[in-house]
Amino acid sequence: MDLISLFVKSVFVDNMVFSFFLGMCSFLAVSKNVKTATGLGIAVVFVIGITLPINYLLNTYILSPGALSWLGEEYAQIDLSFLSLIVFIAVVAAIVQIVEMAVEKFSPSLYASLGIFLPLIAVNCAVLGASLFMQERGYSSLGEATVFGLGSGFGWMLAIVTLAAIREKMAYSNVPAPLKGLGITFIVVGLMGIAFMSFMGIKL
Amino acid sequence: MDTNKNSYTVIYATVMVIVVAAVLAFVSSSLKQTQQNNIDVDTKSKILGAVALTEGMDEAANKTQFVLEQYEKYIKEDIAVDAQGNVVEGVQGFKVDLKGQNELMKAGNTSALTLPVFVAQLDNGSKVYIFSCYGAGLWGPIWGWIAVEEDMDTIHGTLFAHKGETPGLGAEIATDWFSAQFNGKKLFENGEFTSVRVIKGGAAPDDIHGVNAISGGTITSRALDVTIETWLKAYMPYIERVKEAQKPVEVASDTTMVVAADSLAAIVETSTNIN
Amino acid sequence: MDKNIYLKPFWTSNPVTVLVLGICSALAVTVKLEAACVMAISVTLVTGFSSLLVSLLRNTIPNRIRIIVQLIVAALFVILVEQVLKAYVYEVSKQLSVFVGLIITNCIIMGRIEAFALGNKPFPSFVDGIANGAGYGVILVVIAFFRELLGSGSIFGFKIIPDAAYQAGYMNNGLLILPPMALILVGCIVWIQRSINKDLQEK
Repeated sequence: MDLISLFVKSVFVDNMVFSFFLGMCSFLAVSKNVKTATGLGIAVVFVIGITLPINYLLNTYILSPGALSWLGEEYAQIDLSFLSLIVFIAVVAAIVQIVEMAVEKFSPSLYASLGIFLPLIAVNCAVLGASLFMQERGYSSLGEATVFGLGSGFGWMLAIVTLAAIREKMAYSNVPAPLKGLGITFIVVGLMGIAFMSFMGIKL
Repeated sequence: MDTNKNSYTVIYATVMVIVVAAVLAFVSSSLKQTQQNNIDVDTKSKILGAVALTEGMDEAANKTQFVLEQYEKYIKEDIAVDAQGNVVEGVQGFKVDLKGQNELMKAGNTSALTLPVFVAQLDNGSKVYIFSCYGAGLWGPIWGWIAVEEDMDTIHGTLFAHKGETPGLGAEIATDWFSAQFNGKKLFENGEFTSVRVIKGGAAPDDIHGVNAISGGTITSRALDVTIETWLKAYMPYIERVKEAQKPVEVASDTTMVVAADSLAAIVETSTNIN
Repeated sequence: MDKNIYLKPFWTSNPVTVLVLGICSALAVTVKLEAACVMAISVTLVTGFSSLLVSLLRNTIPNRIRIIVQLIVAALFVILVEQVLKAYVYEVSKQLSVFVGLIITNCIIMGRIEAFALGNKPFPSFVDGIANGAGYGVILVVIAFFRELLGSGSIFGFKIIPDAAYQAGYMNNGLLILPPMALILVGCIVWIQRSINKDLQEK
């Protein structure tokens, strides 16, 4: 598939939040203002962008059935796919930890703005979900996997920044007391989801 | 004990990873046979389902046994054909890895294809050819079996399955009402292959080449449409061959006698190969 | 044992409607009631047993790699559930497919491990995990009930709405099957809950 259309598709059509509802927890919790939402969004793009190529290589050369054949004929029968979930999640957690340490060391100012979000990302379903989709859908090259990862990350960032902007405005609206905060946010996200469904019709 | 020492952390992590991997490897390998049996029985029941031979399955006391007996009784041939329509010797259609074939198709490497064909003999003596298909849905792979009657045109029945389509949306392709739509549809229009289209927004009631897509399951429906067409196209040489072999009965008195005799010889040869 | 441990998750600190955890799967598997029930049971078991195991190990876990340790414990149980479902209830495992794997990204598990199991004795942790899984399950079942009833006109796959109703012009609401409606339903549940229990309202 053309890499550009894959990117556009994973940002809009297969949006992580609106089409698959992945990464909802932090999506709802950290969307109170645009600034922090942007920070978390960048961190997610960053982490998915790094973990997907790594998981792609692990999946292609170690985990999928017959992937070990490069070691020799006798290894071709080994099927380690039952370990993929645990390997993927370990990679995500490890990368998050490494990125956190690296950012802290080399750019303390970036760490000050991003740092608090990084640990949250280890449990962000969107990151693991992207790796699982990569495996399920069988992207055929490292380039495709990376572009898909970056696209999903940007899609997630787009969603959280938009929601944060809406919530900032909504602070001035007169919402019924029981709906305030969480309740109305759910409904707003539902409506945004309906809006994003219109992208499904796009042919790429 | 100081749990924050580097050496302790490293040892802890190593031991834990080894223990977890060992537990999982043990569980996975000890359950593998049961899982594989489940999958085999399930596949067999799907193949039977495409020809509507699974009636009574849910009432049967031992479902596994019921499926195996029915399969033994009705599925007479289990062969594999290549992209030229030749029967591949010594290959069971049941053992063919559909995913691998799909990858070959995507790579455009049609010459290496090995496609499964099952032939069922119904109670009334008529033969039904069952073809497979496999492709990518929305969340994961979708696949199915398309049973075509002896005329190689009319669809006898279908059955589709999926790995992880959205329940209630894309997953509806695996339901009876969806696959029942295919019954009686035609694959050819005046000898031209048209496939059976899955039409978004609904097929016209008199459309003999189209069925209704699932509302809300657009991506899955579209994927199924493409999958059916791609696979039937790959089967086309074999389908043409079977059709060709049937012609002599109608045109026996014609001048095409010689050609007909040739193809008759071909089908005789094919069926000998099968046996 | 404090009875709040097993009562609170159902109402005042419900993981879905109050703590906002585990939303992803609550939306994805609630189109059909049957899938929602199996999912609820699986999550309850995984939450309970991971909490138990982490609580047993809590004094030995090095602080720096604690997130990874928790993830691996959770992943262990998720994979076990996945493998067992595949071997013994194949039909159900086919229905849930990828969503079983996605249990691991369910924040409830990690949330309860981090917030409760790490600092409490094994038995209360186990009860806490089970109760939170069940609190999540209740919401799942409620959402699935409405979505299946109004979206497909059935409950557990059995037709409930009589044919006469359809002939009189009633139609299944296809919108309810679509994912965004799940969010709006959760929003409504939150609304109802907070109207009854005013303490939960946000300022």
